[in-house]
Amino acid sequence: MAEEVLRLDKVCKAYNIGLPSETEVLHDIDLTLERGQFLALTGPSGSGKSTLLNIVGLLDRPTSGRLCIKGQDTNLLGDTAVTRLRGHTIGFVFQDHHLISAFTALENVMMPLLADRGFPSPDIATKARDLMECVGLEAVSGNLAMNMSGGQQQRVAIARALAMNPDLVLADEPTGNLDTKSADSVFELMRQVNREGGTSFLMVTHNLELARRCDRIIDVVDGRIAG
Amino acid sequence: MNRWLPFEWIAAVRFLREGRMQTLFIISGIAIGVGVIVFMSALLTGLEANFIKRVLTSQPQIQLIPPDQIARPLRTGPGSLEDAIVQRPSQRVISIDQWPKIRDRMLAIPDVMAVSPTMAGSALAVRGAASRAISISGVEPTSYFNIVRIPDYVVAGEARLTNQDIIIGAELAKDLGATVGDKLNVQAASGTTLVLTVAGLVDLGSKGVNQRTTYVALRTAQSLLGVIGGVTTIDMTVRDIYAAETLAKQIQASNYVEADSWITTNAQFFTAVQAQETSNTLIRVFVALSVAFGIAAVLIVSVIQRSKDIGILRAMGTSRGQILRIFLLQGGLLGFVGALVGSTMGAGGLIYWHAFVRLADGSELFPLILERSLFINAAVLATLTGLLAATAPALRAAGLDPVVAIRG
Repeated sequence: MAEEVLRLDKVCKAYNIGLPSETEVLHDIDLTLERGQFLALTGPSGSGKSTLLNIVGLLDRPTSGRLCIKGQDTNLLGDTAVTRLRGHTIGFVFQDHHLISAFTALENVMMPLLADRGFPSPDIATKARDLMECVGLEAVSGNLAMNMSGGQQQRVAIARALAMNPDLVLADEPTGNLDTKSADSVFELMRQVNREGGTSFLMVTHNLELARRCDRIIDVVDGRIAG
Repeated sequence: MNRWLPFEWIAAVRFLREGRMQTLFIISGIAIGVGVIVFMSALLTGLEANFIKRVLTSQPQIQLIPPDQIARPLRTGPGSLEDAIVQRPSQRVISIDQWPKIRDRMLAIPDVMAVSPTMAGSALAVRGAASRAISISGVEPTSYFNIVRIPDYVVAGEARLTNQDIIIGAELAKDLGATVGDKLNVQAASGTTLVLTVAGLVDLGSKGVNQRTTYVALRTAQSLLGVIGGVTTIDMTVRDIYAAETLAKQIQASNYVEADSWITTNAQFFTAVQAQETSNTLIRVFVALSVAFGIAAVLIVSVIQRSKDIGILRAMGTSRGQILRIFLLQGGLLGFVGALVGSTMGAGGLIYWHAFVRLADGSELFPLILERSLFINAAVLATLTGLLAATAPALRAAGLDPVVAIRG
């Protein structure tokens, strides 16, 4: 049996708790993700996909229920431990790439390693260069993020997400802002990383054609898993 | 990337470099503030040093005089006096009791730099048909010139004081029609008359003082005023001029003398110096405050502008502490670089002003005093102000919820 990277038990998320405007956006979510799985999260806008992704990414906390990453119950962890676990276990790819404009593409890839180690070192640069090569952008690694195309920026974001060798990559509509060709190329890159490195992926997407190419599709409707 | 620079430093510098215009404007603002502080401080230090030099090198900083002579009424019993009215006696010219011992004791005090006994009194200077009332100071030139720099004030002749010499104020020389080498009859109230040679003329910076001041050798004054072997005052200079009053009180408490410091004898001058120091401090405080608010405003805007970057950094595992340090460093760096530019501007402005603004006689308006400590203090103060001003924005950045920050 494959190792469980992620487990959610009856996870609920509500906002404005105790106020008349209290809203529960996720209801009793149960979900597991095994190592090497590529999972698509689909559903209409406002169904709670991004909230679920934020909770899984340890950027937000569930109101109730249990979230385990690699068997570790995150409810029991403090802010510092959560930050550390997030940095070491989870990589993020956002729809809007979110590269830091003050740095070059290569430096953006180095950033998670630099934040973790504290000081730059030759092995950090080597690792970042390898990742840039892996995403096919070694020729433009000295460019500032702003001077690259959308597809290239998203590839850099994928390289950055992989910098810490995460067990799980969370991608929030990574192809949402790309043309069909670039979207296909970015998806294939993620699939390749998933197959070759065994990294698990959880990808929010509205693109059903891409979703069908994933291992599993989880449909979220009104804060519940529909299927 | 320099491998010796920590992550926070690299991020702080990059963020500042990316917001180039914003950084440039705030550094200019800080530089102007620091420049004003450096310029004002150095200028006021120079002016103050000049005032103090002019005032305190033409008079002793502490003067010991014999205690007032008081009438002691006869007592008829405990609490009752012989006479109902006690008249204050006239103050004769008397010597300080045991003055050589007191002088030696003063010389042993570490805070005292120079001690000189003086015999002072009044007399009449007569030359031909002209006569003028003068005040005579009989001094030992070697020690006295360390206290009052007479040679610096000599405008004609020389600061020579043998037993037959007299140095007189320039105005007095004019009144008597005397010049260097001329003889003067000096008559004391007791009738003693001496014939002295004008060795030099001095300009002490005040017409009134120049009309009546004369200096003779100590022995000459003693024989003229009829107090052989005695001195009426012991003049002193001290290491810390602002501690003169405290020292004077201590001396008075432990010796049978009255001790007056320049602070009490020049109360108005001292108040002016104090007022100048206070206004300088206030200027510094308000300029530092405006610089601090400037830095804080720019960094608060920067935190808002960079909220997405902060969110991403947090998502990739950057701790709240690291985010806090990135923004604190930006504040400190802005302060430090602003201080470097400002110090250069302030010093440059002062050097330019010193070179071009002169007194009517062409001499400098103030001495150019650019102490290293001024620049070090300005840099430290500006860096600390930057760090302090960055605290609120940095805390705000560190406290940002990554989800909200990424959403922008």
